[in-house]
Amino acid sequence: MITLRVDGQDITASPGQTILEAAVAAGIRIPTLCHLKGLTPRGACRICLVEVKNWNGRLVPACATPAEQGLDIVAHSQRLRDLRRTILELLFAERNHVCAFCVSNGHCELQTLAAEHGMEHVRFPYRFPALPLDASHPKYGIDHSRCVLCGRCVRACSEVEGAMTWGFSGRGIHTLVEADLGDPWGKSKTCTGCGKCVQACPTGALFERGKATSEQVKKGELVAEVTERRPRVQG
Amino acid sequence: MVNQKEHLQRVLEPYTHRPAELIQALHKVQSALGYVPRWAQVQVAEVLGVPPAQVRGVITFYHLFRQQPVGKHTVRVCMGTACHVRGAQRVLQAVEEETKAPAGKTSPDGAFTVEVVRCLGACGLAPVMMVDDEVSGRLDPRKARKVIQEVGRGT
Repeated sequence: MITLRVDGQDITASPGQTILEAAVAAGIRIPTLCHLKGLTPRGACRICLVEVKNWNGRLVPACATPAEQGLDIVAHSQRLRDLRRTILELLFAERNHVCAFCVSNGHCELQTLAAEHGMEHVRFPYRFPALPLDASHPKYGIDHSRCVLCGRCVRACSEVEGAMTWGFSGRGIHTLVEADLGDPWGKSKTCTGCGKCVQACPTGALFERGKATSEQVKKGELVAEVTERRPRVQG
Repeated sequence: MVNQKEHLQRVLEPYTHRPAELIQALHKVQSALGYVPRWAQVQVAEVLGVPPAQVRGVITFYHLFRQQPVGKHTVRVCMGTACHVRGAQRVLQAVEEETKAPAGKTSPDGAFTVEVVRCLGACGLAPVMMVDDEVSGRLDPRKARKVIQEVGRGT
């Protein structure tokens, strides 16, 4: 067992656990966005940044940093709150996150985080990119305007379903989540239509067709339920 | 087309079931065909055993892979520091309009490919561009248009 300290509280972790997993097990909540239990950590969104006091105050993503003996971690402070808020503002400014017109209004992880961090307005100019919406799939749709590029859908598709339909195309802010060779989703030959990507999506980017906003509740925990039921392969 | 496919099959043969060599395989495809068309992407995915989404990811991430054939003429517009401060952005815009090829792409009629380059080493002539092997300097949007018109869309 490893002992470390988070926000002044001594907690334990088993070797191989991340700072986030240890904190969650001890009942300390660290905000996350690109992290989803059951998927490999990606460290993409930086919302879960924490400060490690004995590493000269270095900021590390809690979801992708292994817990180590004796770490003294700050998970909640004004500085971290400001940093997280800035990240959220940049995400909002980057694409078209217009909550009032979004299918996920009321149960969106991005929206919830913004509210929790007191994001009353965005200090950066909105970019308003013209992004496509693909409604070619009979059951689901993808609206790139709402995408935060967390990659939860891509990981759910490859790591859990094994279809490897989703991938990233392009780079930087022009990155898009696309099926196969950039084909319409409904034309994909690899997609099994399982919908794990939709359940894994934290925003309204991936949605179920024919569902009203109030019914559009994602079941992200489904991913961990599936992976935990699997027999462990001894490598 | 069938011949091209067979040709590509021979080019890709050494990469059979070698997903780690995706980038090298794509380079081979591009030097064989001049670009990586969609049908070749499908073939690469099949031969190497890589998901199509990953092939697309690599091709769109690295600027050096082309998904369209190169045009008859290649226009390289310099966007280096010296050219940038002397209005290369407006030159590029004029070139894009005149050639009907957006930067990094080929015009629909296949006459021009426009590329943005960092420095042509002729900063004294800024803003500068190269049409095939001909350098033209001290450009403004009007002069750039004229150079393109003189090259023409034919052969």
